[in-house]
Amino acid sequence: MESTKVLDAKGLACPMPIVKTKKAMNELEAGQVLEIHATDKGAKNDLQAWAKSGGHELVKHEDEGDVLKFWIKKG
Amino acid sequence: MTVKAMNSKEVTAKVFNKETMFILDVRNETDFQDWKIEGENFQYFNIPYFELLDGVEEIMDKIPADMDVLVVCAKEGSSVMVAEMLSEEGRDVAYLEGGMKTWSEHLEPVKVGDLKDGGELYQFVRIGKGCLSYMVVSNGEAAIIDSTRMTDIYLDFAKNMNVNITHVFDTHLHADHISGGRVIAEQTGATYWLPPKDATEVVFEYQPLEGGNDVKIGETNINIHSLYSPGHTIGSTSFVIDEKFLLSGDILFIDSIGRPDLAGLAEDWVGDLRETLYKRYRELSDELVVLPAHFMIIDELNEDGSVSEKLSTLFAKNHGLNIEDENEFRSLVTENLPPQPNAYQEIRETNMGKITPDAEQQREMEIGPNRCAVR
Repeated sequence: MESTKVLDAKGLACPMPIVKTKKAMNELEAGQVLEIHATDKGAKNDLQAWAKSGGHELVKHEDEGDVLKFWIKKG
Repeated sequence: MTVKAMNSKEVTAKVFNKETMFILDVRNETDFQDWKIEGENFQYFNIPYFELLDGVEEIMDKIPADMDVLVVCAKEGSSVMVAEMLSEEGRDVAYLEGGMKTWSEHLEPVKVGDLKDGGELYQFVRIGKGCLSYMVVSNGEAAIIDSTRMTDIYLDFAKNMNVNITHVFDTHLHADHISGGRVIAEQTGATYWLPPKDATEVVFEYQPLEGGNDVKIGETNINIHSLYSPGHTIGSTSFVIDEKFLLSGDILFIDSIGRPDLAGLAEDWVGDLRETLYKRYRELSDELVVLPAHFMIIDELNEDGSVSEKLSTLFAKNHGLNIEDENEFRSLVTENLPPQPNAYQEIRETNMGKITPDAEQQREMEIGPNRCAVR
């Protein structure tokens, strides 16, 4: 999947993955996709809920070993 | 204003003492609805931390100034962040040390009775998850029943009491939590007893626990008498300790009864459950004090935080023991059951020794309430 920007949030504990995601998202235009790599397992539910409440779309999610990858399209 | 850490032991004391407290739970909505810190006089407000990244101004009017406020999240990090923001707004608040992860693992020992010849019986209340385990102490020896995976707590407790753990029992193969029985037995040289009918797939050595086994703890006559009582699982076994206490495992609780479906055989076991509750238990002295392996709701706690009730009282008051009609009983325990505990299949396989998840995975598997009962 094409992403405009990749955010490395590996090794960061909650709440940092979301704090960084929010910041990175602010720099994107609507329709652009942010790719996030995280290792905190809680990120999965939280990113999903955060994206929904912010009007963004979680378009894809993949687990690669210990790394959780997310693609969120800015709303 | 200062931000304080409050630990699980302090929160447990507030639950036991029915104190008031305001809980600001900053986990996401589904996690909060699934499972939270329960207290009779606690008030709650749930808003995910990620809604508060720009500030807490919007929720200030939701947070009472005249109550103790505890900010709670999954692992601590987010609750510290939110607590600091509230503090900057001039509020005195605390966060839960270790978050719900630590809350789920907290065990509070409560003495539930004296035994003949100076022995004692302790209940370990796993307040966050509703699991109850037990330690029988007598004359320098101890037995543990339905241990959780937080084995150090029992080992340290026994050490402080200056007793050796000689026997470890599980009333059945658990599906809601990972047993610490095998680990404790390995570390102490104690005998690990399991009901053989629940243990057909286990991959380790154990001592078969069957109806009629008697085990002595200490040199005196603290007698642990096992009683085959199938229904929750096919092997489920109860214990009568010192002719006074009935450890009912997941068969009979204070305000509910065991569910027969966690090994996938509800229809097959409903008859056994009925037979145990309506026949085998009725043949026992109704003066026995019932000590179950779970509580389901916080109302089941006694004044001192323990969970126990006389068998005669349960015969009179527990709905599950008072269903005359067999078909009605059958539908209660096989239909409209609550959701199954998180990861219950993996938990069963772990307890059989078939899979060996690491500590972090074990923690994840056990997240949430126990859900072993039907009402």
